[in-house]
Amino acid sequence: MPDIKITPLGAGQDVGRSCILLSMGGKNIMLDCGMHMGYNDERRFPDFSYIVPEGPITSQIDCVIISHFHLDHCGALPYMSEMVGYTGPIYMTHPTKAIAPILLEDMRKVAVERKGESNFFTSQMIKDCIKKVTAVTLHQSVMVDNELEIKAYYAGHVLGAAMFWIRVGSQSVVYTGDYNMTPDRHLGAAWIDKCRPDLLITESTYATTIRDSKRCRERDFLKKVHECVEKGGKVLIPVFALGRAQELCILLETYWERMNLKYPVYFALGLTEKANNYYKMFITWTNQKIRKTFVQRNMFDFKHIKPFDKSYIDNPGAMVVFATPGMLHAGLSLNIFKKWAPYEQNMVIMPGFCVQGTVGHKILNGAKKVEFENRQVVEVKMAVEYMSFSAHADAKGIMQLIQYCEPKNVLLVHGEAQKMEFLKDKIEKEFKINCYMPANGETCTINTPTKIPIDVSLRLLKAEAVRYNAQPPDPKRRRVVNGILCVRDNRLSLLDIDEMCDEIGINRHIIRFTSTVRFEDPGPSVKTAEKLKTLLSEKLEGWTITISEANISVESVLIKVEGEEDSTKNIYVSWTNQDEDLGSYILGLLQSMVQ
Amino acid sequence: MKLYCLSNDAAKPCFVLSFKELLIMLDCGLSAHSVLNFLPLPPVPSTRLASLPNYTPPHLNDPLLEGELKECCGRVFVDSIPEFCPPLDKVVDFSQLDVILISNYTCMMALPFITEDTGFKGQVYATEPTLQIGRFYLEELAEWVSGGAGGAGAARRWKELLHVLPAPLALAARPRSWRRLFSAAALSRALARVRVVGYDERVDVYGALDATAVSSGFCLGSANWVLRSAHEKVAYVSGSSTLTTHPRPINQAALRGADVLVLAALTQTPAHNPDHMLGDLCVHATVTLRAGGSVLCPVYPSGVLYDLLECLSAHLDTAGLAGVPLYVVSPVADSSLAYSNILAEWVSVGKQARVYLPEEPFPHAALVRAGRLKHARSLHDDAFSADFRQPCVVFCGHPSLRFGAAVHLVELWASNPAHAIIFTEPDFPYLDALAPFQPLAMKAFHCPIDTSLNYSQANKLVRELRPRELALPEQYAAAPGGAAPRPHIAADVPTVLLRRGAARALGARRSMARATLSGALAARVAPRDVRAGLRAAPIQAALRVRDRRVSLDVAPPAAPGAPRAQAPRLDCSAPDVDALVHALGREGLPDARVERSSDGCIVHLPRHDTLVHVERHATHVFCQGDAAVRQALRRAIAACLPHV
Repeated sequence: MPDIKITPLGAGQDVGRSCILLSMGGKNIMLDCGMHMGYNDERRFPDFSYIVPEGPITSQIDCVIISHFHLDHCGALPYMSEMVGYTGPIYMTHPTKAIAPILLEDMRKVAVERKGESNFFTSQMIKDCIKKVTAVTLHQSVMVDNELEIKAYYAGHVLGAAMFWIRVGSQSVVYTGDYNMTPDRHLGAAWIDKCRPDLLITESTYATTIRDSKRCRERDFLKKVHECVEKGGKVLIPVFALGRAQELCILLETYWERMNLKYPVYFALGLTEKANNYYKMFITWTNQKIRKTFVQRNMFDFKHIKPFDKSYIDNPGAMVVFATPGMLHAGLSLNIFKKWAPYEQNMVIMPGFCVQGTVGHKILNGAKKVEFENRQVVEVKMAVEYMSFSAHADAKGIMQLIQYCEPKNVLLVHGEAQKMEFLKDKIEKEFKINCYMPANGETCTINTPTKIPIDVSLRLLKAEAVRYNAQPPDPKRRRVVNGILCVRDNRLSLLDIDEMCDEIGINRHIIRFTSTVRFEDPGPSVKTAEKLKTLLSEKLEGWTITISEANISVESVLIKVEGEEDSTKNIYVSWTNQDEDLGSYILGLLQSMVQ
Repeated sequence: MKLYCLSNDAAKPCFVLSFKELLIMLDCGLSAHSVLNFLPLPPVPSTRLASLPNYTPPHLNDPLLEGELKECCGRVFVDSIPEFCPPLDKVVDFSQLDVILISNYTCMMALPFITEDTGFKGQVYATEPTLQIGRFYLEELAEWVSGGAGGAGAARRWKELLHVLPAPLALAARPRSWRRLFSAAALSRALARVRVVGYDERVDVYGALDATAVSSGFCLGSANWVLRSAHEKVAYVSGSSTLTTHPRPINQAALRGADVLVLAALTQTPAHNPDHMLGDLCVHATVTLRAGGSVLCPVYPSGVLYDLLECLSAHLDTAGLAGVPLYVVSPVADSSLAYSNILAEWVSVGKQARVYLPEEPFPHAALVRAGRLKHARSLHDDAFSADFRQPCVVFCGHPSLRFGAAVHLVELWASNPAHAIIFTEPDFPYLDALAPFQPLAMKAFHCPIDTSLNYSQANKLVRELRPRELALPEQYAAAPGGAAPRPHIAADVPTVLLRRGAARALGARRSMARATLSGALAARVAPRDVRAGLRAAPIQAALRVRDRRVSLDVAPPAAPGAPRAQAPRLDCSAPDVDALVHALGREGLPDARVERSSDGCIVHLPRHDTLVHVERHATHVFCQGDAAVRQALRRAIAACLPHV
C-alpha cells in the first residue's frame, strides 16, 4: 500500500510557524514556511536541518506552497530560500505574492532596527526570494513536474488566502492553510468541490468554539467602541496591516457615517493607503457585494479614517486607533499600549488570536502588570476586550469543509492540543474516518488504497454494456468483465482475447470438450431442444441463451440434439476450455435430467 | 467524432462537436454584417435621415413595401430596426447541447439566441473577463439598438422581393433567418448561466472528458479550449494572437499534439499590420488635432480600446497635444475602464508587475484621475455636455455606424473637412459603414487593428502544434481552382473544410477507455512473458461505472452452484503430443494410443472412451460425462500447453 507521510515542522499541536512536510508518491512538498511570533531565538524558524542535516536542501523538496501572506505562514520563506539555500519552485497566489514582501519587510524592520537583531534576512533577500515565486490563480491546475499537480481554492481568510489540492498519481491531499467558512464584510467564504482527497490537512484554531452570529459580534464591537469614546476614552485596536484591519475599517466607517460621529479614527500605519490599494487591485478576491459595487464606490476609500501620526499618542480626548502589529509584540501598537494602559477610561480591543509569549496573549489572560525586556513594568488598568474577528473556521466550519470535500482521512494542525483532541473525537465519530494530530517533528503515516490507471478496450466494455443493458435493471447486479491484462512499457491495458491475438500476431489455439448424453424423448429433435432451452433458462439466470432449430448456445457452450423422430436422442454438449464451469454445469444438468 | 459548422462568418465562429455522446458547442458568434443593410438609428432624431427619398424597385407596385426602403447616394437601405445573423438553428437541436465553451467575448454575442427559449439545459463555460466584458458588449449593443430614435419598426416585405432589389441588398445572405436582437431580460438570463473558469482549470464535462481554457493572447481572458480524454485530444484555437499586447501571452504548449485542431477567427484584415496601423492612427489623429479638427474612433467598449488609449495619449504627449481631451462614450464606459484595472491575473507580465507596486495595470486610470480621459454614458449626459471641448478625440460605438453615439457624431461632423473619422475595428468594411452618411466631407481613415493570427502566423502555429488532423472554415482554405489566389492555411495533415450548415466526420477513432485497477486485483494477477517487452495474464474483474468513470476490482466469488463466465485463456500453440501422453500417464490415464496423420494427431484413451484430436489451431476432446476424468484431461493438457 502506498503511504502519505506528514511531518509538521511547525503548527503541529501548536499555532504559529506553520510548516508541514508532506511526502507522497516519491514527492516531498513543503506546505507553508512560517515563523513563530512568540520567539526571538532560532525557535522562530522551522528546523530545516530536520529535512537534511547538512548539504543542499533543494534536492529534498520538490516544491514549497504558501497558503497566505500571514507571517506565521510565510515568514521564514526568505530565510529558507536565501539563507538555507532552497532554489526549487515556490507557489502562492497573486495577492499573496504582492502583499507578503511588504509584511516581511515590516517584520524585518521591527526585528533588526528596533530589536537590533543580527543574522536576519535583508531587504534584498526578501526581493530576491519573491522573484523566485510562481504566482497561481484560483482553480488553475499547475503541473509542478510530470507527476505533481497543484490547484488553489478560495479560502477567504485574508485577501489571496488559498487552500491547495495536491495530487501525485492517484493520491491527493488538500491543505487548507487558514480559512473561513462564513463570508465577512470584505471576503467571501471558503469553497472547495467534492474532490474526495485521501487526506485533508486542516487548521483547527477554533476547534472548540462555535461562534455566535457575526452580526452580534459586530454590534458588540461597535457598542464597546462607542461607549468608550463617549466617555472620552481612547480605543486601541491592534491589527495586522492587511486583512482584519480592512474589515474593521469598513465596519467603523459605515457606523460612523450612520451615527454621524465625529470622534477621530486613525489608521496608524504607513501602509494604509498602499494596503488599501492592494485591495482595490485585487478586488476580484473580495466578496460579491464589493465586487459588484466597486465601479460606483470603492469600499476601500475611507472618509472618516485618517492616517495616524506618532504625535497624536499624547493628544487629549477620545480617539480610535488602529495600529500594527496585531499581537502587541512589537512596534507602534505596543508603544501606544504602554502609554495608554495605565488609564482606566481607555480600552484595548484584541480582534484576533494572540500567540503565546506575546503581550497580547498575556493581557488577554488577565495579566495586570506586563514586564518588558528593559525591566520596564507597565500596569494594565485599561479595559481589555477580546473579540474574535479572526477569520478562521470554527468547529462548525471545519465539519462543513469535511462534508464538502469528503476526505478519507483528516489531519489537524494549527491549533492547541487539547482543543484538537476534542475535535478529533468529533470528526471520528461523525464521519467515521481516521483523524490524526501529530506534534511537531512527529511523522504521521497514512495508507491509501492503490489505484493503477489502466486502458480498457472499448470493444470489451461495449460488449459488457450490451449484455448488462439487455437484462432488467437492477442496481445491485454485479458487473464483470473478462479479458487479458497486458503489460507493456509499464503501461497496463485490458483487451478482448481476439484483440490480444491480433495485437501479438498469434493464432489462438482453442481447446474444446465434447460429451454426449443419451436421452429418451420421442418427438422431433427441435421439440427436445426447446424443452432443454426452457430448462436452461430456468436454471441459468442472467445468461443469454439462443436457440436455432436443434442447436442451443450459451456463451461458447453449444448444445446439439440429434436423432430420428420417436427414438433416443443424442445430445452433444461442447464447450471451450475457459467455459469449463458453465459447460460442466450444463452437462451435469442434462445428465441429472436424463436419470 | 463529428463537427458541425453553424456560422457563416469565420471571425464569429460557431461549431458543434459531437464526441463521446456529448454535444459540445464551441463559441457562439453573432454575425453583425447584416446591420449594414439598414439605415442608422440616430440617438436623437435626424432630419437628414428622415428626409431620405423612398425607394421603389422599377416596374413594381407593392403597397406592402411602402416605406421599407430608402435611398442614399445611390444605395438602398432598409428603414427598420437592424437585424443580426445568429448561428444556424436547424442543424443541431439546441436543447440537446451539453456544453457551450466560449473562447473570448467577441465570440459569445449570440449566446441568448442559443440558450433562451430553445430548451437549452447544458452548461456554459467562459473565463471571468470574457463573461464581464462580454456583458459590457452585449449590454451596450442592447442599449444602443433599443435606444435609437426612428426606425420604423419591423420591415419584412423586402425580404420577399430580394430578386428585384439592387446590390448589395440583393446579395444579402438568407435575410429571412435574420433576427432582431434579444431583450435585456433574455440577455441577463443567458449571462446568468455562464460558469466562470480560470486559465488551466480542468473542467470535468460529465465525466467523459476534461475541458481546459488556455490563454490565447488575443484579449483579456481570451482562451483556446483543449478537450482531453485519456486517449484523445481536441484543440480549439479561436481568436489567438502571438503579438505582445496587454493580455497574457498565448499558451502554445497546451495545444500541441492534438488529434484534431479546429482553427477559427483568424485576422479579418490580413493585409494590415496592426503595429503600423496603430502608428498611422496616431499620425492621422495628430495631424487632424493640430489643424483644429476632432477625431472620432468608432470602437467597441473594451479590447483594443485600452491599447489605443495608452498609445494615443503617450503619442499626443510627445506631440505637444497633452491638453487634448479624450472621451469614451458608452453606457458601460465607466465599468469597462474600472474593470480592466482589476484583472491583474489576466494581463501580460509587464502590466502585472505594476500591480505589485501597487499601481493600476493600465494607464487609463491615471488618465482619468488627471482629468485627461473622461467617460460618459451617453452624449446627452449633462456632465459630459458641460465639459465637452473641441478639438478632442472621441471613442464610442458602434463600429458599424448603425446605432450608438457614433451615429450622431458622424451626422454632426460629416460636413466639416477638418474633422476625421478613424476606423480601427476590423469587423465592418469602412466604406459600407459610411455609405448612409454620404456625401461626406470629413476625412475617413482606415487603420484596422486586428491582432488575431494572420495566415503566415497561423501556418507557422499549425506546423509547430503538429495536429493529426485540421478542421477549418472553408474561407481559410486555398481559393478553388480558377479563382484568384488568396492567403490561406496550408498544412501537410488531413484537413477538413466546413461551411455553414455542414457536418463532417473527423478521423479520430476511439478504441480504449481509461479505468483504474484496484491494488487488490493487481496483486492477484501474475502476468507471464508472451514475448520480449510484453507480459499478459487473463483477468476477471468486477466492473464499476460511476459518473462515467470505470474502475476494476476483485470480482466477488460466484454464488455457490451457479456457473459463471471465466477469464479467457490464451493458448498460443498446440500441445506437444509426446508430452501430453506423458502428462496423461501422470494424471492416471495411461495407455494412450497415438495416431499421427497429415493435419495433426489423435490420442485415444480406450479405457475411458476418450479421443483427443490435436490440430494446429484447435484441440478437441471427446469424452464421456465423467467429471473426474475430464478434470484430469484438463490438467494434463494445461501442463503441456504454452499459454498465457
